[in-house]
Amino acid sequence: MDISVVSLIASLIVAATPILLAATGELIVEKSGVLNLGVEGMMIMGAICGFIAAVNSGSPFVGFCIAAISGAILSLLFAILTQYLLANQVASGLALTLFGLGLAALLGHSYSGIKPPSSPKFEWFGMSDISIIGPIIFNHDLMVYFSVFLVLIVWIFLKFTRAGLILRAVGENHDAAHALGYKVIRIRVLAIMFGGACAGLGGAYLSLIRVPQWTEGMTAGAGWIALAIVVFASWKPWRLILGAYLFGGVTILQLNLQANGFAIPVSYLSMAPYLVTIVVLVIMSADRTRASVNAPASLGKIFHASS
Amino acid sequence: MMRLEPRTDPSNIMIGLTPILAVLATMIFGGLLFVFLGKNPFDAIRMIFWDPLLGEHAFYYRGQILVKAAPLIMIALGLSFGFRAGIWNIGAEGQFIMGAVIGGATGLALYPMDSFIVFPLMILMGSIGGLLWGLIPAYLKIKFNANEILVSLMLVYVAFNFLVGMVTGPLRNPDGFNFPESRSFQDFPSAHNPELWSGTGIHWGVLVTLGIVIMAYIAITRHIFGFNVRLAGQAPRAAKFAGVNPNKMIAICLGLSGALAGMAGLFELTGPAGKLTTTFPVGYGFTAIIVAFLGRLHPIGILFAGLLLAVTYVGGDIIQSQLSLPKASIQVFQGMLLFFLLAVDVLVNFKIRIGKRITK
Amino acid sequence: MTLIRLDNLTKAYPGVIANDDISFEVDKGEIHALLGENGAGKSTLVKMIYGLVQPDFGMMRLEGKGFTPTEPRTARLAGIAMVFQHFSLFEALSVTENIALGMENPPSLIILSDKIRKVSSKYGLSLDPKRLVGDLSVGERQRVEIIRCLLQDPKLLIMDEPTSVLTPQEVETLFLTLRRLRDEGTSILYISHKLEEIKVLCERATILRRGKVIGTCVPKNETAKSMAEMMVGSKLKSPKKSKANFGMPVLEVDELTLKSLDPFGTSLKNVSFNLRSGEVMGVAGVAGNGQDELMFALSGETLTDKNSIKLENEFIGQSNPVQRRLLGLLTAPEERLGHAAAPEMTLAENTLLTGFQRQKLGRRGFLNKSGAIAFAEKIVQKFDVRTPSVRNGAKSLSGGNLQKFVIGREILQSPRVFVVNQPTWGVDAAAAAFIRQALLELAEGGAGVLVISQDLDELMEISDSFMVLSEGKVSKPRPAKGITIEEIGLMMGGTEIA
Repeated sequence: MDISVVSLIASLIVAATPILLAATGELIVEKSGVLNLGVEGMMIMGAICGFIAAVNSGSPFVGFCIAAISGAILSLLFAILTQYLLANQVASGLALTLFGLGLAALLGHSYSGIKPPSSPKFEWFGMSDISIIGPIIFNHDLMVYFSVFLVLIVWIFLKFTRAGLILRAVGENHDAAHALGYKVIRIRVLAIMFGGACAGLGGAYLSLIRVPQWTEGMTAGAGWIALAIVVFASWKPWRLILGAYLFGGVTILQLNLQANGFAIPVSYLSMAPYLVTIVVLVIMSADRTRASVNAPASLGKIFHASS
Repeated sequence: MMRLEPRTDPSNIMIGLTPILAVLATMIFGGLLFVFLGKNPFDAIRMIFWDPLLGEHAFYYRGQILVKAAPLIMIALGLSFGFRAGIWNIGAEGQFIMGAVIGGATGLALYPMDSFIVFPLMILMGSIGGLLWGLIPAYLKIKFNANEILVSLMLVYVAFNFLVGMVTGPLRNPDGFNFPESRSFQDFPSAHNPELWSGTGIHWGVLVTLGIVIMAYIAITRHIFGFNVRLAGQAPRAAKFAGVNPNKMIAICLGLSGALAGMAGLFELTGPAGKLTTTFPVGYGFTAIIVAFLGRLHPIGILFAGLLLAVTYVGGDIIQSQLSLPKASIQVFQGMLLFFLLAVDVLVNFKIRIGKRITK
Repeated sequence: MTLIRLDNLTKAYPGVIANDDISFEVDKGEIHALLGENGAGKSTLVKMIYGLVQPDFGMMRLEGKGFTPTEPRTARLAGIAMVFQHFSLFEALSVTENIALGMENPPSLIILSDKIRKVSSKYGLSLDPKRLVGDLSVGERQRVEIIRCLLQDPKLLIMDEPTSVLTPQEVETLFLTLRRLRDEGTSILYISHKLEEIKVLCERATILRRGKVIGTCVPKNETAKSMAEMMVGSKLKSPKKSKANFGMPVLEVDELTLKSLDPFGTSLKNVSFNLRSGEVMGVAGVAGNGQDELMFALSGETLTDKNSIKLENEFIGQSNPVQRRLLGLLTAPEERLGHAAAPEMTLAENTLLTGFQRQKLGRRGFLNKSGAIAFAEKIVQKFDVRTPSVRNGAKSLSGGNLQKFVIGREILQSPRVFVVNQPTWGVDAAAAAFIRQALLELAEGGAGVLVISQDLDELMEISDSFMVLSEGKVSKPRPAKGITIEEIGLMMGGTEIA
């Protein structure tokens, strides 16, 4: 078999980045005590809006900005439903996904088959020429580094800042946070919008860099896998990278096996990322005590300050 | 300032009124969407809601409505039990596919046997296929505490790839010039699910669906099972106290919804679809989620919601051909419907008060 | 000198006036009691002082200046601190983080940890700043709340029912701290319905009844009885206890060991006791010492080793709640709404929770709705449940009424053994007396009754025998006669009394 390990690792990073971006956003959302199952919908909206903006402006940067904004706007719908109108979070998240998939398909109707403007690789002053490490680490576009940087920021935010402490407190026990005078709803709305923006970026990464073009339903479950990776990471930022890259590795590996005419039919190889996600989910959830210690205690519960 | 004030008891008026409000809101905002797309909103709304039922060519569309409503209703009925109990099976699409593949494979294995037993056996095997596919997330949740939402959803993609593997492999029509599709069931009378009365759209699946609506109605309103389902959803701790075994509840709800989705898949395959292809799944499993909520998780409500969504499907075809709008616009429409339903739902349990609180 | 003065404070909620024209003042360096039954309006009042709720009418003056806090932040900045009854703590966060969350401008967490150590040693409230709050005992959690308040040098410290979760010894420590604070000039608004405590601790008491001020008194000059009558508004009958007549053991628990499912819960260790027919046995102990786990093990919500629980002649450790009910073991958990009853369901439907099988409210799985309605009406009538109809939702009932319904639902099914957790928690005095009387009558009729409670006065009043649950272990049961509160306190601390 002709599979170069170096190019494999380099491309798994690219395959993992959209999921890492979306999962980082969702981590913040869940840390605030909200379960937004609409990641898939927000991702695909980011994918198409970013695509349209990039094609029309000729700038991938504009595309990513618009993608983040569109993801955030869509998530605002979810925020209004769940935070102000007290709708069930599971149902609202599903609605967001169904709505997003439809709206994206509608918006992207006339955009299939177009190539977006290409995103340049980040310039590391020649370090990309270093053998092995160069192609793996120093030969990517800016968004790859941004996604890792974002994890770092989120980690610092949650661990060392007062705002991060308040966010965790709200997710842990919203009644107590309310009793201490914190604005539970406002904090959660902001967290949800951050999650939406990140999912939008992840989607745009798919349509602008990873693929790069627009096809209907192109997220193919990436948003759901991002949700699973948050569980895999036990709500710890650094583990998101591990989870996303593991998933990216499986995806790239099966694609390479397909390309190399491996003896298993393509359709069975294509199951691999989803099966691996299930396996990972099972392993991480099996220890109930640990799972319940790490999960934000108010996750998915409805908050209404009744007095 | 606007405030929400909890009601002591849920409003029965609102339970009935909110779906209607949601449909009206969807019409208004959907109309705006069509304006945005450069179409006449009144034409579009008329084509979606009116033409399929009472328009010029309605005699043709009416049959289509039942054909599309039956799987939606059947799947949604299964989902409604789990949704009430707080068990979220969102992988009905996968169970739908597996029911069709397993049930279809059973029939194809018996081809060209001429026996009345073939079709019932296929229905049975289709239901079992969906049941087993639904029990995977149940088992993983019970045994390993894995989130059933994510697992059932992942299994949709697995099922779809399995379908592709089957129609390009073992189930490919040997006389079919290597197209990725199975033998047609229309050419296999013992396994065919025909239109029973010409022009009505009624096939065996429609009749079975009606029967299941009635059974579900009895179960949810008169039987301890339905009571326990409601209890488990509203107050899980109280359900445990009453003696409801949460693990059993998970297995029953996921298994039941899987079996119904699988059965729906089999009826769809042997009737309207005709054969297994890679385009066999058209999203009924996801739209059924909307049907379940729009029907307020109540069997009679689901019956009407399923019919309504079927109308919008048919209407979607009409606007697609007559206004040359993309197919996706109807999906947006349906998503919007669920959004508005969830939004107005707040009126069931809360009163809206404007201004300051009453003071003495 | 007056620290805070309330004038004509009024607050209405739909259907109820929680506070009606409330006026009183708290002096500097005074421990002032706010006394009243559940539902008298104490909580609403302190929430207004703390800025969580805004009054509809009336005003407050703090040190002579107008004081209208619109959120807790403003109240805290003005020098008001509050220890909540249901603690406002975050289990998965550390002590330091918890304290930082309740402060306006906390220093860095390292400096704060240091301050916490200093303050905790100064007031004798030992506490490790690094530990997770979820791992702390209830008493320690309260210390977290108190230290959080002390770090802000409050002028007024509000304490909402602080002793309801403490052992008698912990109460002593708390009182020492509070007196010391008073001597340093801090005012304390002390909310309680425990009259003996108020007599020893407080200089003055303001008494609320149904949202109105009934009067202010000096507790030292009053008797517990006279204050109780002001609080309740009528004379109270204490339950009559006839001479105990015990039969054979009906419930035998033998070496029951059970790991808690809750990561912050307490596992049961070798719990053994016998409950006889006709006996009321009290299980005392501070919350979080295994009460929930014991309740789950007995109700069948958690299964145990088959032979560790014996009901009359059957080993039931592996039986589910339905099987246990059919055999005659009925239970009533602590949490009324959401555990003993489904909030959204009607009272009639709520009878089906425990009555479907034993009360035969259905056949072959089909519900007998008229049977359920009739049974609910019987409960409502016999247990004096105030509700417009049995078709009203459980959550529309007041705490006392719903508790009477829940207890009545079980008692009217003639249990052989009845296990109840916190039967009168958060219930008004009249309903509490009614429930205690019903429990005594049930035992007189030959059932065994196990009462798990944190209210020692209640246990002393109704129990024939008595044991303490502490860190998942029970003490040897002993006759309740002649036992003193001090002795129980020692038992709670783990000391075995011969």
